Amino acid sequence: MLLIPCPWCGARPENEFHYGGEAHIARPSHPAELDDTAWAEFLYFRTNPKGVHAERWRHLHGCGRFFNCLRDTASDKILSAYKPGESPPATP
Amino acid sequence: MRFSAFSLLRHAVFGNAWPEQWRSPEPRNAYQVVIIGAGGHGLATAYYLAKQHGITDVAVLERGWLGGGNTGRNTTIIRSNYLQDASAAIYEHALKLWQNLAAELNYNVMYSPRGVLMLAHSEHDVRVSKRHVHANRLNGIDNEWLSPEQVKSFCPPINIGRDLRYPILGAALQRRGGVARHDAVAWGYARAADALGVDIIQNCEVTAIRSNASGRVTAVDTTRGRIAARKIAVVAAGHTSVVMAMAGLRMPIESFPLQALVSEPIKPILPCVVMSNAIHAYISQSDKGELVIGAGTDAYTSYSQAGGLHVPAHTLEAICDLFPNFRRLRMLRNWGGIVDVTPDRSPIIGLTPVPGLFVNCGWGTGGFKATPGSGHVFAATIARDTPHPIAAPFGLDRFAAGRMIDEAAAAAVAH
Repeated sequence: MLLIPCPWCGARPENEFHYGGEAHIARPSHPAELDDTAWAEFLYFRTNPKGVHAERWRHLHGCGRFFNCLRDTASDKILSAYKPGESPPATP
Repeated sequence: MRFSAFSLLRHAVFGNAWPEQWRSPEPRNAYQVVIIGAGGHGLATAYYLAKQHGITDVAVLERGWLGGGNTGRNTTIIRSNYLQDASAAIYEHALKLWQNLAAELNYNVMYSPRGVLMLAHSEHDVRVSKRHVHANRLNGIDNEWLSPEQVKSFCPPINIGRDLRYPILGAALQRRGGVARHDAVAWGYARAADALGVDIIQNCEVTAIRSNASGRVTAVDTTRGRIAARKIAVVAAGHTSVVMAMAGLRMPIESFPLQALVSEPIKPILPCVVMSNAIHAYISQSDKGELVIGAGTDAYTSYSQAGGLHVPAHTLEAICDLFPNFRRLRMLRNWGGIVDVTPDRSPIIGLTPVPGLFVNCGWGTGGFKATPGSGHVFAATIARDTPHPIAAPFGLDRFAAGRMIDEAAAAAVAH
């Protein structure tokens, strides 16, 4: 079980959280201009990296707030957590 | 050499060492087809390329050892009772191949059609299960509805008491469903493909995919040197996104850990496969006597081949409810595999935007059962440069076209 550092509540066990998938996928600002391929890319295609992954979590059974984590998907080690709207911190 | 009762007897009496069942050749400089990934699906693809299409100039490259990924990590459940027509077609195609596979490969894959029970625990479950039964029958696939009493008579150790948190209200039973020996499937396909001239090259990790000025693939770079290829087929399961990125392609895939565990071996007690999607329990008994238990996926993407202990614990709670006799069993081993999950929980089989590059992936949590059918239709797709009719609905283009094959909604969870 992961120990996840909520930026507001501190480190809590994983089962207090809900996973939200890849972070920083912005909804298209002009949806009507997108073709089917671009919509598919937005909706379904993901980076799915083996290595550092920026991902959303929600502290569902805690403060209820969304935030982002950088996690190494090869080791599951969480490198940092940051608030929504912030840029991902530099990784070592 | 062929396996037979006579050859087994001869070796038993004279004690000769068994010969190696496949070669370990040095990679050649070039092949007609290079397959990336020597799991069951990749090896089956190589076998059918050689057997059905006469293409024997084939190499199967494997980063680790053959069958060491999800092929050796799954819970070996075989069934074809899928809701959607396209899914029913491909899984049934596979099931028909399973039925004759040991004879076809001259290798005992221990396919055991002992029946797969899929339990229903709520009125909603019952309606969905009955809908599955009817849809399957319309597709010519055996599936039948059992009352709780019929469930108990088919599977005596199960608890059909009304005092369960989620009581059993009935079950769908596919009698032709069952299990097979997962390692034997990889070994059988490897041996048969090797005998037809396919090179299986283990400990050979692909590090880059090369293409020419027109964008057509030309070669792979590996830890054992560059290997030229006219066609490259990616069958890399959980690592599909990583390999496809080498060709500049993003995939509609996320990789999750999926865990399984086995108990200490006991005498035969569980005569069939029991699945419950609603309370996350998947269990059967191996011929060694171990109870083989499948847990759910972890919540987050990962390549670590390990997950949180709370995930199998959740499954064990359900199993202890369903089978009170199993409560005192000890668990021997617990492990994880990395499964490639698509948005509609259906596989991706076919051509890609890169000429000469083919992909077979997205089998997610339920790919073992499809191994023969997957390899068979993928080989035809590679050989003919056009999707096999059964594979056609599973193209990568379905996501932009909106032609989803939604087994996520149909199965609700892992399937």
